[in-house]
Amino acid sequence: MTDLADLSSDVRIDLKLIANLIEPGSRVLDIGCGDGALLELLERTRGVDARGIEISQEGVNAAVGRGLSVIQGDADSDLVQYPDQSFDYVVLSHTIQATRNARQVLDEMLRIGRRVVVSLPNFGHLDVRFRLMFLGRMPVSKRLPYSWYDTPNIHFCTIRDFVELAKDVGAHVDQAIVLDASGKRLPFSLPWIVWNVLGAQAVFLLSRGGR
Amino acid sequence: MATGMAPAARKLPDVQETMLDATLTETDAQASLRRSEADNPSSLVMRFGTDAPLTLDAGPAIGPWQIAYQTYGELNAERSNAILICHALTGDQHVASTNPVTGKPGWWTLMVGPGKPIDTDRFFVICSNVLGGCLGTTGPASTNPETGKPYGLDLPVVTIADMVRAQAMLVTALGIDQLFAVVGGSMGGMQALQWAASYPERVFSTVAIATSYRHSSQNIAFHEVGRQAVMADPDWCGGRYLEAGRNPKKGLAVARMAAHITYMSDQSLHQKFGRNLQDRDAVAFGFDADFQIESYLRHQGMTFVDRFDANSYLYVTRATDYFDLAADHGGVLANVFKGTKTRFCVLSFTSDWLYPTSESRAVVHALNAAGAPVSFVEIDSDRGHDSFLLDIPEQFRIVRGFLTGAARARGIAGPAAEDIR
Repeated sequence: MTDLADLSSDVRIDLKLIANLIEPGSRVLDIGCGDGALLELLERTRGVDARGIEISQEGVNAAVGRGLSVIQGDADSDLVQYPDQSFDYVVLSHTIQATRNARQVLDEMLRIGRRVVVSLPNFGHLDVRFRLMFLGRMPVSKRLPYSWYDTPNIHFCTIRDFVELAKDVGAHVDQAIVLDASGKRLPFSLPWIVWNVLGAQAVFLLSRGGR
Repeated sequence: MATGMAPAARKLPDVQETMLDATLTETDAQASLRRSEADNPSSLVMRFGTDAPLTLDAGPAIGPWQIAYQTYGELNAERSNAILICHALTGDQHVASTNPVTGKPGWWTLMVGPGKPIDTDRFFVICSNVLGGCLGTTGPASTNPETGKPYGLDLPVVTIADMVRAQAMLVTALGIDQLFAVVGGSMGGMQALQWAASYPERVFSTVAIATSYRHSSQNIAFHEVGRQAVMADPDWCGGRYLEAGRNPKKGLAVARMAAHITYMSDQSLHQKFGRNLQDRDAVAFGFDADFQIESYLRHQGMTFVDRFDANSYLYVTRATDYFDLAADHGGVLANVFKGTKTRFCVLSFTSDWLYPTSESRAVVHALNAAGAPVSFVEIDSDRGHDSFLLDIPEQFRIVRGFLTGAARARGIAGPAAEDIR
């Protein structure tokens, strides 16, 4: 196994954070795994049994092409096929905003996995607020590159919104990590309200009933 | 299952006649070559005596019996790099070598060969003729050792599981405990799935393309039309045509014509032929092959009978009709794969209406429920079921990627370029 610390800086920062949350040798399902970058990272650095679901044919082709066990499927409809508690971790990385029924997806994830990892862009970030308030336009930026009329991201939420949803589906937030726009980790001691404004993205580790 | 389609630009033989028989042009030399391949194939052949009979699902065991096969590449010292390729309905062992009867190149040279997705520089590839076939493995055209005459319908009906049991005996005889991969499309995909079900510890990985876990009512219906066409031909002689010196060519050609339609999509037929006329400017107000599609189908039918045995067609279609993996496991497909360690790659094509994506998905869901490692892609193609035999780059990329990943996990040495990862 390669050590995480040895990886070059071109690995997406949130992927490294997620990899850090995952125990070596566990069973992981990555929903919306794209081209399999995270799964490959987890196989290499964590020696996990990695599986993925991806909706785009392009993504699945790339992932299977790199030797990963990935199936073409839809988070909104295909999670019911998986047995209860069949994975140690179910990961949803920058995908929740693209699901039709985010609540149901999160609920299914908590059923399938002992732990759930969700990373998301924070729609409550200062930059988004600024664009809405002063430019009066839906935000388009490096992190949110789509125009409002042509985006897969139909359910954006803020960090606070997501924490509320987690509570709603009976999940306990075991860990929350918030990064600012430069990818730096915001201090743990800051209150939620600050995270919700300064956080550009967040990674959550959830479980039912806590640790 | 089918030969690839002729390119649209190619001029088909001039088929003006209304009746098929005038177009059936097999020479005596071709016919006797086809006959001799049934017992004495020009490929390799493994013969099993009465001490190693083959048990069949239908009841009786057969023996002596034989299985014809081809190999490509070299078995490594650990005997860990063998890939078994299972052919489709009317395919054969000549996956990447010249077919002795037709003189045509192997049926999957796009997929199998040096540097190809199934790389014969890296893997030891085995492909055998199926049980019930007519190119050297025991089938209805083979000589029945008890009578000295062709089996005809005296050969018990065979199943996909029987075909796989025969292959397993061949693989054992070749000194291989575990296959690195079993790969197949269409009926070959059924065998690949059956391998994983029957011998999970002997299959490291499985690639099942354009296939299903069971034959649908519609699938059975099409096959029944084909069989009835064969049996309605007076030259079929109750299945004893070889002794009578006859051949139910018309019936078999019609069966092939009907089946060939199911291998293509409406869209690909439309693109290739539309309503174009064959060598004429206006319809002839008769029953000649006015339309290009008619001429094309006749061509498919008549070239098929030159290389295939009519009774074999009855046996292999029956084998697929009986195929239902879940039925043997309490009707629950997931139970078939419970506890399996085999890695799976399942591929389907968008325009394949013979074995539609929904059936591949059912396999994938069952594998997920069983906790098996599985990759699945539905490939965008408008060429119908035949896509798996055609030049679809996406398919090759995925098979290559899947096998490369599996080879890494199995510890099979790869080409230098592989090691950069």
